[in-house]
Amino acid sequence: MGEEEGVHQTQLLDTMFVRGLKRKCFDGEEDVEGTLAGIKAIPSYNLQRQSLLDMSLVKLQLCHMLVEPNLCRSVLIANTVRQIQEEMTQDGTWQMISTQSTGQTSLDRLVSTDILCRSSREQAEGKHVPGYGTLSKDFEGDEGQDSSETMSTASSVQAPRNLQGNVWEMENPQENKGNFQKSLDQIFETLENKSPNSVEDLFSEVDNSYYDLDTMLTGMMSNTKMGHCDGLETFSSPTNTASNSNCKSDLNELDHIVEILVES
Amino acid sequence: MAGVARAGGDGGGSSNELQWCFSQVKGAIDEDVAEADIISTVEFNYSGDLLATGDKGGRVVIFQREQESKTRPLSRGEYNVYSTFQSHEPEFDYLKSLEIEEKINKIRWLPQQNAAHFLLSTNDKTIKLWKISERDKRAEGYNLKDEDGRLRDPVRIKELRVPTLKPMDLMVEASPRRIFANAHTYHINSISVNSDYATYLSADDLRINLWHLEITNRSFNIVDIKPANMEELTEVITAAEFHPQQCNVFVYSSSKGTIRLCDMRSSALCDRHSKFFEEPEDPSSRSFFSEIISSISDVKFSHNGRYMMTRDYLSVKVWDLNMENRPVETYQVHEYLRSKLCSLYENDCIFDKFECCWNGLDSTIMTGSYNNFFRMFDRNTRRDTTLEASRESSKSRAILKPRKVCTGGKRKKDEISVDSLDFNKKILHTAWHPTENFIAVAATNNLYLFQDKIN
Repeated sequence: MGEEEGVHQTQLLDTMFVRGLKRKCFDGEEDVEGTLAGIKAIPSYNLQRQSLLDMSLVKLQLCHMLVEPNLCRSVLIANTVRQIQEEMTQDGTWQMISTQSTGQTSLDRLVSTDILCRSSREQAEGKHVPGYGTLSKDFEGDEGQDSSETMSTASSVQAPRNLQGNVWEMENPQENKGNFQKSLDQIFETLENKSPNSVEDLFSEVDNSYYDLDTMLTGMMSNTKMGHCDGLETFSSPTNTASNSNCKSDLNELDHIVEILVES
Repeated sequence: MAGVARAGGDGGGSSNELQWCFSQVKGAIDEDVAEADIISTVEFNYSGDLLATGDKGGRVVIFQREQESKTRPLSRGEYNVYSTFQSHEPEFDYLKSLEIEEKINKIRWLPQQNAAHFLLSTNDKTIKLWKISERDKRAEGYNLKDEDGRLRDPVRIKELRVPTLKPMDLMVEASPRRIFANAHTYHINSISVNSDYATYLSADDLRINLWHLEITNRSFNIVDIKPANMEELTEVITAAEFHPQQCNVFVYSSSKGTIRLCDMRSSALCDRHSKFFEEPEDPSSRSFFSEIISSISDVKFSHNGRYMMTRDYLSVKVWDLNMENRPVETYQVHEYLRSKLCSLYENDCIFDKFECCWNGLDSTIMTGSYNNFFRMFDRNTRRDTTLEASRESSKSRAILKPRKVCTGGKRKKDEISVDSLDFNKKILHTAWHPTENFIAVAATNNLYLFQDKIN
């Protein structure tokens, strides 16, 4: 195993992890490769460890898509993530990645909203990207100052901190199951706690009219596309919007409109 | 391997090696396996005459051993279907917008106290007590209705008669006698009947509840490891069992490879254990997967109550209840997988929950592996065997040939290399007859029955 060129990366990871190799500092890299001499093209320990971290984070996100995630599995994966995180903190690699991400704040905001919209489009197409909406909600709910940072990619180091709260609280009725309507509800709820500035910042890249119920219903009735948020057409069901306390339209007006829609 | 005393066995010079041969296989032969048919639990009753299986579709199938026939006195009785019923249906939790699977996680028999049989079956959320009873007579000669059930006009009845019982074809009925619901927020992984035969425990990921078999609207919480802040959760309960003789003692295992023994006499809430079993970790073999593979998937007391056995991903350990700091015996089930842990983590196989079981004499232990292999360990001779549950070796009375996995270097004939193992063919559930050398092995949707060879 591992003798051929271009072997599957996990096979290489197997080779590495069988020894439980731990490195104290970057300088040990040559030692690692020396020990594993004979295996060609082996990625560095850091790369492999990062790969394991990425894999683990993806697995945890997948939990949100499952009907009811296996709590034992989720706990074990989260503990693995924490282990990697601790080791990376000792290594000093953790800090490096942290400082990088703060410089990408504005990009993250863009990405977060893009993901929101993308999830609705994928919703319409039958795909699910549920994790992002939920995770960004938790960030904004838990971290006041860090509200602008969201998990834009799977390898973001900010993710693990809030993952546990996210993963376990399945009894929280607000957990979304890949439903864009629900993630939108969560965003609105989060926005309730925010100062007006951050709300504007969050949606600065998106036309606020998308979240205007009147606009949406108008668009739906006249059968026009709503730009890159096509999925919002499905948003205006009475129960969902009724539960959305931040909704701008009057409930009575909403009922009236829906009544018209239903009859037509 | 020790087992039932065999006529002619001298226990001295000749080999006592037990040989297993095929007896029966139950289930469809198709390559396409219906998800609902996947067997999720197997359990013999106390006498061994009944064998129950539960599947992912929420059904329970009970097999009964036929009485030994006079024409073939040496043949053990065959197991044939005795009763089939739908135990659990899929449900929808509207509050959480989640489906509750109907998969039967565990079946546990109650000891037989009258003509009827009772068992507990559970899915993720609800436990049910089922009564299985036979009906082989029916009443004839009613006064108020005809033989075909039509009501008779009372005016036209001139004389009264006493109905008589006439034999009919045997009918086996299963009826739910108790439903124990709404006591578990998390997924139930274990149920265990107490030796007082009046109470039982049910365990989910974070809590263990104590029930009385007669009372369904109340249960006592005896273990609760849920942290106040769920973000601090790092450990869950993976299995629990009552001691076979001491009705106040039970154990539960965790995802961190620890076992806690609790005594219900010490306090109402058994959050503080009486004994704590943990093997210190070998620092030289530590890896990112160490914790995951140490997670205990099953815990079983020995029949004599002196030992308990735990199954983690790569090994089976036997613990003496009087020694907490390490197991007395450790058996490697498939050590060759240690170098594959990352791949097994990627495809989720590392989270497979294998069960284990004792034979009636507590001299041999059995557990499953991949590629439809299962392993037996003789505690006295320290010999181990690997056998395979496959259709190819399913000829009547055919002796099972021991299998071997090649771990490196040259592969010998009849050996199979690690990379050729089929990780979709996993044997998670096995059961051993309480008194005889007869075993039931669940291979996905098939149930294999093996018996020891009779000379």
